Amino acid sequence: MSRSASFLFTLVCFIFAGTNLAHAEFKVEISGVGITQIPIAVSEFRGQEASPQKISGIITADLERSGQFKSSPTGVLLDENSHPDFHTIKQNNIDAVLTGSITKLADGRFDIRYRLWDAVKTQDLGGQSFIAMAGDLRLVSHRIADQIYEKLTGDKGIFSTRITYVTKQNNRHMLWVADADGENAQAALTSPEPIISPCWAPNGNELAYVSFESRKPVVYVHDVGSGKRRVLANFKGSNSAPAWAPDGKTLAIALSRDGGTQIFILDAKGGEPRQITQSPSIDTEPVFSPDGSSIYFVSDRGGSPQIYRIPVSGGAAQRVTFSGSYNVSPALSLDGRWLSFVSRGANGYRVQLMDLSNDKVTSLTESSQDEKPSFAPNSKLIMYATKVSSREVLMTTTLDGKIGTRLAGQSANIREPHWGPFLKP
Amino acid sequence: MKKFIWSLLILSLLAACASGVKLNDVPVEDKSGAKINNSQNKDADKASKSANSSSSAGAGTSSASNAANNGNVGTATASNLPDAKQPTAAAPVNAPTAADAGMAGPANAAKVIYFDYDSYIVKPEFQAVIEVHAQFLKSSQRARVSLEGHTDERGSREYNLALGQKRADAVRQSLTLLGVSAAQIESVSFGEEKPAVAGSDEAAYAKNRRAEFFYK
Repeated sequence: MSRSASFLFTLVCFIFAGTNLAHAEFKVEISGVGITQIPIAVSEFRGQEASPQKISGIITADLERSGQFKSSPTGVLLDENSHPDFHTIKQNNIDAVLTGSITKLADGRFDIRYRLWDAVKTQDLGGQSFIAMAGDLRLVSHRIADQIYEKLTGDKGIFSTRITYVTKQNNRHMLWVADADGENAQAALTSPEPIISPCWAPNGNELAYVSFESRKPVVYVHDVGSGKRRVLANFKGSNSAPAWAPDGKTLAIALSRDGGTQIFILDAKGGEPRQITQSPSIDTEPVFSPDGSSIYFVSDRGGSPQIYRIPVSGGAAQRVTFSGSYNVSPALSLDGRWLSFVSRGANGYRVQLMDLSNDKVTSLTESSQDEKPSFAPNSKLIMYATKVSSREVLMTTTLDGKIGTRLAGQSANIREPHWGPFLKP
Repeated sequence: MKKFIWSLLILSLLAACASGVKLNDVPVEDKSGAKINNSQNKDADKASKSANSSSSAGAGTSSASNAANNGNVGTATASNLPDAKQPTAAAPVNAPTAADAGMAGPANAAKVIYFDYDSYIVKPEFQAVIEVHAQFLKSSQRARVSLEGHTDERGSREYNLALGQKRADAVRQSLTLLGVSAAQIESVSFGEEKPAVAGSDEAAYAKNRRAEFFYK
């Protein structure tokens, strides 16, 4: 079993309750055979019992959620100046050790420091010091988790990114922006009418979404920082399914202005849309390929809803999904390798993953009412909406479907997730 | 081991009980709430500014520079916290309450047409309803009607929006075939978002697969 942890049909529930009202709760479910994870020992950060956030707990939760780490406590308190006892650590098959501290400064801010060790080579992998106010301690923790993730896996971490989603409670619909772990949620819009299909602009500052507040679907663009918003599309008929081009200059959108739902491209500043699809069928749910050259979308032109691809410059649409009679809600990974979508099968609606290099499709979940998959910007996780005991929840899954987590949370029904881009450094 | 599992379960229950508090605290609909959120936003801005301005100071601390010397990480300076480029969310916008009950249409006429599963064909039994509305629209040239298509809850929200549009478009076509001016009609869709009836069984689904006349 060498230096990696392997589990056979295990179900592990990991729960930790944070301090204060800024609670953190999440659940990691591991299923399947032969999961390879990096074993990391995480020390409590010296001084964190007196801080508003349990830094090591947030970092541990992030790393576990990624599916690529198996964490354990160090047993002894180690800060960034400590030299871990590698003899003992090696006996426990630990690959990496995280140490750190948090100190309250005279001006009320906090000094957070960490150091990461390679336990195999007994080598210092470096660390960092952060000065932050109490309200930014979660963000600092996510940044540290990002750095650890990148150092140990070689891929960029997504823990400091943000997500958007919609909640519905009674007749109140709310659009939210939250940390990638579902915490720190802030409301962007509240409405007595439904809100659907929020999606992040590539700049990470704006959301496009569909709101029914004027008794029909209208597409808005909403600046998250200022709270200012503008109508992007309010043509005759329905306006829906916005999706940003990778350069953020245009959006693909579904309009029924001429009867029937067709796909158009619209300048992000508004103006006259350019029609991309011309069919007597339904064409909707457009999404750009990462290089911006083509649009994947859903069409029932073949008799049942399937995913197709069409060049942005015009031309014929090519069918992409062939198995099953209902394939909808395409999402593409930023690395261009994967297409995720929802397929209806004998067991209901489930998130699927297609390897675009060989068109091989695998089913990622065992639930039955999945909706709206969305990739993390490092292309390593998918977030989606589903129902658990008739309650709407958000889940994440690794691309092998083996590690799923339910996002912390909201007491309301929660739906329509979209994962935002990397934060600019 | 059993004990351990039980204590985990109890812990999780406790954690679950403790959850949900924070979000309810988020001020939403009153003005004072908006103010609170604004001030939070300012705090965050301040925090990021002070974090940035403290970068050089942070680099000077012994353990931080230690980390730089020993480690493979480039710098030991205080990290960039979110600045103006990555603002925290502003106070929530309150969308206006939707339009009122609308204008009266033809008296005593049914205003809902139901559809079969996965179908947008107007069934013959509803032809009489459509004719009443067509007569009304032709005799009241200033009347404007919105045809609102709906679906049941199954499947993709956006695909359902397009399906509901097909239903609304089918009713529109029936009206225009009877001589109603297209300028009097707008067909729109609510997809699965506004079910007439709650529930996840065929009885509820059948009532939700519909198109409604809304005079404005």
